[in-house]
Amino acid sequence: MGRIPRSYLINRLTTLILTILIAATIIWIIPRLSPVDPAEIALGRMASGAGSVANSEEILAQLRANMGIDQPLLVQYFKYITGALVFDFGLSTAAFPTPVSTLILNALPWTMGLMILSLLITFFIGNLLGALMVWDRSPKLVRVAIPAAMVFTSIPPILSGLLLMWVFSAHLQWFPLTGAYSIFVEPGWTWDFVKSVLHHGFLPALSIVVVTFGFWALGMRGLMIGVQGEDYVKLAEAKGLRPRYILYRYMIRNAILPQITAFALKIGLLIAGQVLVERIFAYNGMGKLLYDAILNQDFPVIQGVSYVIILITALSVFLVDLLYPFIDPRIRHEANA
Amino acid sequence: MSTADMTRAEKRQARRIKRFDNPWMNPKLIWGAGLLLAIIAMGIIGRFVWDLDMVFTGSSPLKLPPVGFENLRGQEGIGAHPIGTDGGGRDMLAMIIVGAPNTLFVGLLASVIGMSIGIFLGFSAGFLGGRTDDVIRVGADVMITIPPLLILVVFQSAFGDVSLTMMALLIAGFVWQSPTRLIRAQVLSMKQSGYVQMAQLSGASTSHIMFREMMPNLVPYLFGSFIASVTTSIVTAVGLEVLGLGPQRIPTLGRTIYEAINAGALIQNLWWWWGIPTLLLGIIFIGLLLINLGLDEVSNPRLRRLS
Repeated sequence: MGRIPRSYLINRLTTLILTILIAATIIWIIPRLSPVDPAEIALGRMASGAGSVANSEEILAQLRANMGIDQPLLVQYFKYITGALVFDFGLSTAAFPTPVSTLILNALPWTMGLMILSLLITFFIGNLLGALMVWDRSPKLVRVAIPAAMVFTSIPPILSGLLLMWVFSAHLQWFPLTGAYSIFVEPGWTWDFVKSVLHHGFLPALSIVVVTFGFWALGMRGLMIGVQGEDYVKLAEAKGLRPRYILYRYMIRNAILPQITAFALKIGLLIAGQVLVERIFAYNGMGKLLYDAILNQDFPVIQGVSYVIILITALSVFLVDLLYPFIDPRIRHEANA
Repeated sequence: MSTADMTRAEKRQARRIKRFDNPWMNPKLIWGAGLLLAIIAMGIIGRFVWDLDMVFTGSSPLKLPPVGFENLRGQEGIGAHPIGTDGGGRDMLAMIIVGAPNTLFVGLLASVIGMSIGIFLGFSAGFLGGRTDDVIRVGADVMITIPPLLILVVFQSAFGDVSLTMMALLIAGFVWQSPTRLIRAQVLSMKQSGYVQMAQLSGASTSHIMFREMMPNLVPYLFGSFIASVTTSIVTAVGLEVLGLGPQRIPTLGRTIYEAINAGALIQNLWWWWGIPTLLLGIIFIGLLLINLGLDEVSNPRLRRLS
C-alpha cells in the first residue's frame, strides 16, 4: 500500500538496528570488564572432574586460544558481532561441544508457543473485560467483580505461578510439577504427546494469564471512556441499533487500536516475566536454558539467550510500529514524529 | 438542608463528595500508601522488638511451621518463631523484617535515580530541541525495548555477588526511559500553552519557567511515572533474585523464594517458607498498583466519576 512515509520507515529501522547493536555490544562488553577469566572457569570445571590437572598453564593458553580471548579486543568484537548476526555464539561450555544456537533452537519453540498462546488469551479476555467495565449495560456484578480482580495485575507472574503450582500441582496433583511434557511419551505429532504438552503447559500459561489480563483491561477501560461520549456512538444509539452490536462494532472496534501499541511497550516485561515462570516450572524453554546456564556459568549460552530475547522484543516492537498505520487508518505518521 | 435532616446515606454521600473534592484524598491512594507504610513500619518496629540475629543460618531449628500448624515431621509451631523457620534454620519473621525493606529500598533508590535522570533528560530534550532532542529521543527509544532483566543477568553472572546499592544502581540504568519520554512529551505540549508563553513574554528566566510554571503541572504525572518505575525496579530485582543472582548474603524476599524453590519447599509442603515472602511481595505490588490507580484519578478527572 505504501502509505508509510520513507522517513518514518528509516527512523524505525535505525532504532531497530541501533537497539540490536547496542544490546549486543553491552552483552559483549560486560563480561570483558569482569575480573573473572572464562578460561579459568573451564579449567576449574576440568579440575573438579578429574581431581587434578597437569600443565595447567598450557591448558589455560590453549583454552584462551580456543575461546578466542587471546586476540586483540577489536578483532574479538567484530568476530562476535558478525557471529551474532547469523546466530553463531560459539559452543556451550557446560554442554560442550553443543553449539549455543542448537540449544536455543530447541528451547525457542516452547517459549514462543507459551508466549503467543497466553498473549492471545490475555488480549482477548482483558480487552473484553475492560470494555464491559465501562459499558453502561453490563451487569452490576461484572462492574464490581472485575475491578476487584484487577488487584492481581500488578503481581509478577512468578508469584501467581508459585501459588498455582502449590495448589494444583503439589496439593491437588491435577497438574505435573515440572517439565513441558511427560518423560514417558515420545516427542512427535501423536495425540498422547500433544495431550501431555497441553497438560504441562496449562499452569504456566494460566499463571501468566491471571496476572496480565488486567493490564489490557485497565488500558481498555481508559480508551472506552474516551469512545463512550463520541457522536457516532450516540448516532448508533439513536438509530436504534442493538446495544450489543454497538458495543462490539462501534465502541470496542474503535477503542482497541491503541492497545496494540501498548503491546509493543509491554512485550519486554512480558518476556522477562515468562522467563521466570519457565524457570520455576522447569519448562523446557529459554527461561530454563538461561537458569541452567547461570548455574553452570555457561557464558556463551547466557549471552546467546539474552541476545535472542532482546532481538525478539526489538523485532516485535518494530513490526507493531510498521503495521499500526495499516490497522488504524486514522494514524498518519508525520515525517519527524 | 441542615445536617440533622439528612438520612445516613445522604450524610455518607456528603462526606464522600467533600473528600473527593481533594483528588489527593481518594481511597485508592490512601489504601495503597497505607499498605506500603505498613511494610516500612514493620521493618522499623521489627528492628527494635525482634532478635535479628536469627537471620543467620543455623540460628534456629529447621523447618518449623508457623504457630497453630504442624509440619510433615509432626512438629508444631512455637512462640519463639511465630511464623516458622526455613530449611537453613533461619527465623522467618526476622527474615522478612530485614528482607521486605531491602526489597522496597532497591525499588525506591533505583527509581529516584532513574526519575532524576528522566526529569533532566526530558526537560533538556523538550526545551532545547534540535540535536539534543534527537539524541535523547533515539536513546530512550532504543533503551526502552531492551528488557532490563536480560542485561542484568549477563552483568551479574559475570561479576558474581553485588551489594543492594549496586543492584539498585544497575536497575536505575533501565528505568529512566519512560519518564524521559513522558516529560519530553508534556514539556513539548506545555511550551505551546498560554501560561508558559505568558511567562516567557514577561521575561521569566528559563529555570523559573521550568520549575515554577511547568513542574507543578507535571507533579501527578511524575508521581505516576515514579510509582511505575518502582514497580518495574522491584519486578526486575525479584526476577534476578529468583534466578539466584542479586545480593547473595543479604536477605531479600526474592532470594528467600529462590532458596525455598531450590530446596523443594513446594513438594515438602513448607508453604510458609516461600508463601510468606510471596504474600509480602504481593502486598507491595498491590499497594503500588493502588497508588498508581489513585494517581490516575488525580491527573485524569474523567476517571473519578466511575469509582
